[in-house]
Amino acid sequence: MRKRQPKTYTRLTHPLVRDSRDERFRQASWQEALDRAARGLERNRDAFGMFSCARATNEMNYVAQKFARVVMGTNNVDSCNRTCHAPSVAGLSAAFGSGGGTSSYEEIEHTDVIVMWGSNARFAHPIFFQHVLKGIRNGARMYAVDPRRTSTAEWAESWLGLNVGTDIPMAHAIGREIIHAGLANEAFVERATTGFEEYRALVEPWTLSLAEKVTGVPAAAIRELAHAYARAERAQLCWTLGITEHHNGTDNVRALINLSLLTGQVGRWGAGLQPLRGQNNVQGGGDMGAIPNRLPGFQDILDPGIRLKFESAWDTVIQPHYGLNLTEMFEAMEEGSLKAVYCIGENPAQSEADSEQALRRLRVLDFLVVQDIFLTRTAELADVVLPATAGWAETEGTTTNSERRVQRVRRAVTPPGEAREDIDILCDLAARLGHDWKYADAEAVWNELRSVSPDHYGMTYDRLTEHQGIQWPCPSTERLEPTYLHGRLWEKDPARRGLPAPFGLVRHDPPVDLTDEEYPIRLTTGRRLDSYNTGVQSGGYASPLRRGEYVELCPEDAERYGVTVGEEVRVSSRRGAVVAPVWVDTALRPGLAFMTMHFPDEVDTNQLTIEANCPIAGTAEFKASAIRIEKLPVATIVR
Amino acid sequence: MTVTPLGIPRRLLEFTIDGQEVRVPECSTILDACRTAGKDVPTLCEGDTLRPKNACRVCVVEVEGSRTLVPACSRKAEPGMVVKTGTERVRHSRKLVLELLASSVDLSTTPRAAEWIKEYEAKPDRFGPDAARLDEEPRVDNDLYVRDYGKCILCYKCVDACGDQWQNSFAISVSGRGFDARIAVEHDAPLTDSACVYCGNCVEVCPTGALSFKSEFDMRAAGTWDESRHTETTTVCAYCGVGCNLTLHVQDNEIVKVTSPHDNPVTHGNLCIKGRFGYQHVQNRG
Amino acid sequence: MDLHFGDSRPTDDERAAVDALLGPPESSWEGADRTDADLRWARGGREARDRRDLLLPGLHALNDRIGWISEGALDYLCRRLTVPPAEAYGVATFYAMFSVRPRPATVLHICTDLACTAAGAAGLCDGAEAALGPGVHVERSPCLGLCERAPAALAVRAGDPVRTAVSAPATVEAAVLAATAPDSAPQEPPAATAVPQAGQEGQEGLILLKRVGVVDPSSLDDYRANGGCTALRRAFELGPAGVIREVTDSGLVGRGGAAFPTGRKWQATASQPDRPHYLVCNADESEPGTFKDRVIMEGDPYALVEAMTIAAYAIGAHRGLVYIRGEYPRAIHRIQHAVDQARARGLLGDDVLGQGFAFDIEIRRGAGAYICGEETALFNSIEGYRGEPRSKPPFPVEKGLFGKPTVENNVETLVNVLPILTMGAPAYAAIGTERSTGPKLFCVSGCVARPGVYELPFGATLGELLRLAGVRDGLRAVLLGGAAGGFVRPDELGIPLTFEGTREAGTTLGSGVVMAFDDTVPLPGLLLRIARFFREESCGQCVPCRVGTVRQEEALHRIVTRTGADAAGDIALLREVGRAMRDASICGLGQTAWNAVESAIDRLGAYE
Repeated sequence: MRKRQPKTYTRLTHPLVRDSRDERFRQASWQEALDRAARGLERNRDAFGMFSCARATNEMNYVAQKFARVVMGTNNVDSCNRTCHAPSVAGLSAAFGSGGGTSSYEEIEHTDVIVMWGSNARFAHPIFFQHVLKGIRNGARMYAVDPRRTSTAEWAESWLGLNVGTDIPMAHAIGREIIHAGLANEAFVERATTGFEEYRALVEPWTLSLAEKVTGVPAAAIRELAHAYARAERAQLCWTLGITEHHNGTDNVRALINLSLLTGQVGRWGAGLQPLRGQNNVQGGGDMGAIPNRLPGFQDILDPGIRLKFESAWDTVIQPHYGLNLTEMFEAMEEGSLKAVYCIGENPAQSEADSEQALRRLRVLDFLVVQDIFLTRTAELADVVLPATAGWAETEGTTTNSERRVQRVRRAVTPPGEAREDIDILCDLAARLGHDWKYADAEAVWNELRSVSPDHYGMTYDRLTEHQGIQWPCPSTERLEPTYLHGRLWEKDPARRGLPAPFGLVRHDPPVDLTDEEYPIRLTTGRRLDSYNTGVQSGGYASPLRRGEYVELCPEDAERYGVTVGEEVRVSSRRGAVVAPVWVDTALRPGLAFMTMHFPDEVDTNQLTIEANCPIAGTAEFKASAIRIEKLPVATIVR
Repeated sequence: MTVTPLGIPRRLLEFTIDGQEVRVPECSTILDACRTAGKDVPTLCEGDTLRPKNACRVCVVEVEGSRTLVPACSRKAEPGMVVKTGTERVRHSRKLVLELLASSVDLSTTPRAAEWIKEYEAKPDRFGPDAARLDEEPRVDNDLYVRDYGKCILCYKCVDACGDQWQNSFAISVSGRGFDARIAVEHDAPLTDSACVYCGNCVEVCPTGALSFKSEFDMRAAGTWDESRHTETTTVCAYCGVGCNLTLHVQDNEIVKVTSPHDNPVTHGNLCIKGRFGYQHVQNRG
Repeated sequence: MDLHFGDSRPTDDERAAVDALLGPPESSWEGADRTDADLRWARGGREARDRRDLLLPGLHALNDRIGWISEGALDYLCRRLTVPPAEAYGVATFYAMFSVRPRPATVLHICTDLACTAAGAAGLCDGAEAALGPGVHVERSPCLGLCERAPAALAVRAGDPVRTAVSAPATVEAAVLAATAPDSAPQEPPAATAVPQAGQEGQEGLILLKRVGVVDPSSLDDYRANGGCTALRRAFELGPAGVIREVTDSGLVGRGGAAFPTGRKWQATASQPDRPHYLVCNADESEPGTFKDRVIMEGDPYALVEAMTIAAYAIGAHRGLVYIRGEYPRAIHRIQHAVDQARARGLLGDDVLGQGFAFDIEIRRGAGAYICGEETALFNSIEGYRGEPRSKPPFPVEKGLFGKPTVENNVETLVNVLPILTMGAPAYAAIGTERSTGPKLFCVSGCVARPGVYELPFGATLGELLRLAGVRDGLRAVLLGGAAGGFVRPDELGIPLTFEGTREAGTTLGSGVVMAFDDTVPLPGLLLRIARFFREESCGQCVPCRVGTVRQEEALHRIVTRTGADAAGDIALLREVGRAMRDASICGLGQTAWNAVESAIDRLGAYE
């Protein structure tokens, strides 16, 4: 098998500018580059969007959203959380008023039943999966719901190989079975939830046999999972992008949350909901307010009291409405209402679904400034490129992980050339645009955030070091809170119990990109163990596991198309086509193919994916496209 | 409501080490107690993140009433136990263990080995020039790490870290028997044909340098590895959202090795291939 | 588990061998062809992982059918059992009787241990090799437990079914015949030929051997006609606590070598709240020079079945396992037959003797590893792991087989329970001495006219035993207790054969080996063979034993022709290494690996 080397990226060491997009970049001084950036933003004050970075520090995200809101006067700030877990945040906040996973890693080691739904954590979150394995070794039973029999699923007591996009039928059938078997936690439902009767009516049609027809999974398997989850003293429900990257991702999340409400598997030690975040600080980015509807500390922009607090702290006026999310910003580019983008550390030119469309939209911008450590495909489209530092190794600050643990990142190496820290660059730009911010260091930023975010108030840098990270909420500098959220739901006193959690009344809606005779194969996407996102970071090291991008088929399909491992085929969807070599994997079944977006310079998988977005969270349906496979004509090479 | 689960309270038990009264929580090992009491007991196969294997036997101590010496690393302390750590009998076995190891494997990169050999007056040469040694060529079959079984003391730590205690990949096991026993993948194949996922968690626990990062191996070969010039900075991994703590070992502004704190609640010292090796992009400085 | 498998595929034969043991695979994930059902639902988890203990039987199935274990075969077995291939490879390479490299279907194991070497094993090996050529693999083996018929050879021909033939005492011609035509090789002589007291006057007075040669070992009816099952009836009358009291009062101690009081062991296990409890019979009789358990299993197999049932009843176990060494094909066959018959007749099963007690016995076969006779190594071996000893505590009575409370006794210990119950504890305790009660089996071999298993009450002297066996002139040394035991001089024949008597004399009774050597056998050569035995049988887990046994053998090599001052330096080195092995090794193997050499130096003046 030939080994293909992915494109390797070299660090940016100098600012780059150009006068028009037809020109090549030339090196510039920081002075010139920042002046140009300031001018470009200034002239588009009313049509600005900020792409903040889910991989940079909390401090940087805080300053970036503040830049958008204070300097540019807009709530148009978002990050790539939109392409992955925004539905989790939306779903969890709709149910519980807070967008974080409810449990901690340690709890999963001491739980009784673990459901991994749409999650190949063994590959995508290997160290989280070690906690799952501890749980399994301690006697927990794990169930995997996934179209593919992944490495994760191979550890399961039972793997349920459902059809892509039939998560809601599966969840509803489980819910119905729990109710009919008398296994619902009536005390909890009564005390801590609303909308149960409507939910019961909603799921009533989803008999096991109907679910078997729709999901493809035998009724007995669904029944077993339902009973195991409901009867467990403690159960954990974990999901990843198999749930969220759908056109109805938020509905999917709600359907899963319903199961925890029905059984009381939430708000207790060892029982909870765990969405596994895909990037080092996608949790923190949202927590810091780098999203269009929340201010730092996940505080709602529509709350006048909250706005007032920030307005006085920042000496500004905050727009009393939600800004555009990433998806909407892209649409606004098309319409011409968004003309300038400040893109920090993101690569939407390759990470967005339907990448051709994304490229086209970025190209029509009046002004694009990209701040990154590499000249990514997105940076190649920019007017000004600003060389930044690598957040995790070249700056001080904090990030927040999937269990809401805020941890310190530290500077270990000196950045190359003239690369500068994101916060310094933002502050210099802010100064040019009339806002003279003085932060002595990252800790100063953090302390400002603490002063406006009650959930973070107790986390001083010293305490973060002392405890090896602290989970939010942490309102006090004296105490630590429980490691799980929403214990309030179990309180007897209604006042302390607070708002009950509503059942989500969501309906099945199959994937937008239907398979038919022309496009008979369902393509789903995911992550490989040694690779990451668009490969800009992970392409840099020599992984013995890396074999480049393939279109993975089941043995039966490979035989049907007469293709063998390594043979290049044309893969087409209704949006585009790529050529990729074939890999054969028994984890798949006839009619189901798998690809990743790790090697976009080789095989641009996102040319195939569909930009069918979740109307609530804006996440695209990366997990379900319809494709066809065509054998290439035999190449006649004359040697 | 309790802030964090308190765990079951543990009673204290009392016993003596070298005549000195010590009090430790029940379930402590003799080694835990020795360390609490400030006794320096040599260890090789013991690992702070692993269950005691007590294979190397360098930590043996005398326990009154026991026919043989007992391994401090695994034996649980019992009330009233009388433990002696510095008797001639103890020193003899430790000396012999060091001699047997040093005469059969290369301990040059084993931290503290030289110091213990001196302390216990071990003379590994006395088994003569024909004493059997492992003498194996380092196996370099991938770009990330090297297996140098000439340095392997068969402590089982790598096997345990790869197996059910942490990684659960089971890429390696002990094969063969006796002096011919070796750590190997199935059919003694190259690592690249095995179940190895290159998490490097075996390297993390290797006490002798038999397993080492290719970066370290190459720098040692070139004579440029210099730990006195290293800085160690703990930060958070830049890949997925799990939030693993990484300790970056930096020499001359180059990351040369990545480890993770063993007491970290997220990782317990373990990482995946990306966290352990995926740092190179930062230093592609053109 | 997300196991990794290579590209190698099993042959049809290999697949059939595994499927014959495990049944056909249930899904494509286990190795069957893919069906539609496999695409939607897969079972796994703990049920799949819980079959690890079938790994060793699976390896046997392959080795029996093919003669060696290929990559594809190992992968298939691993897929069936959800065992990581690297671990299975580690297990397969642990055992001497398995090969992971191609070899001929027929392997001729020729014993080259002490008794057989003294009887000319070296010439037998050379002769057989020359005569057989490359079509048969000749394996130089540690003790095959046929010392009364030295030199011994065991031929194993892989196939369906596997065939075995024993040739002992072997000539080159007989060994070649056994290897080339195992089916037409002469039948082994009956077990009673290993019991010189059998058929002699006074056999009826024997307690443990009284049925050997008297009953048909295949007939349960014959066993009953000769007093069988009376002890079991008595046990049900007494109840579990009563049985334990009798065994405790009888003074019975373990006959495997450690001499631990059996009643205490049973009591400790019976009182453990953790369930289930297991009974394990250690029939991995591998101490060089020992063959008494084989003789009982071949000559009176129902006695073991009955004794195990009683032990299980006493300790509350419903599952018993007999772990028989792989070199004992006839004993395995006889016990298997006895267990099947007993099950068919209601002596095993859900309702033993209609008393409402459920018990059954499984047979597990060793594969050539002395260390598996160590009680905890044997647990690991049964569980499908490498047969490496565990560290104690915890002791087996608390955490034994599968981590559960377990009684492990060897064959001789167990069959002593029958007379204890039929005679009553006081009468039993009256036999022997005050501190070593009951009858004892001794395995006498070497330069004696009538080698074999002898039953004497504890307290007889070494001289009496040797005279009974017809010791020849020119006695130079007697090895007591086997390789792990010690030598005594011809002028020490007055040593009483009791645990306390041998201890007082500074030696050991061990498992009852009494091997006599005359002055034609060079002592340094014997010591070298013993040292090689320990080096080859060390599991390799702990440093003192793994490297110490190598250094011991090297030193003995250096002084094989030296004496006096020329040897003094190496003898000093041997003492130091030996002391560390004794003090710091994990298990009895390393702790005793220097015993015989030390006694030869100190008692016999081997290098003076």
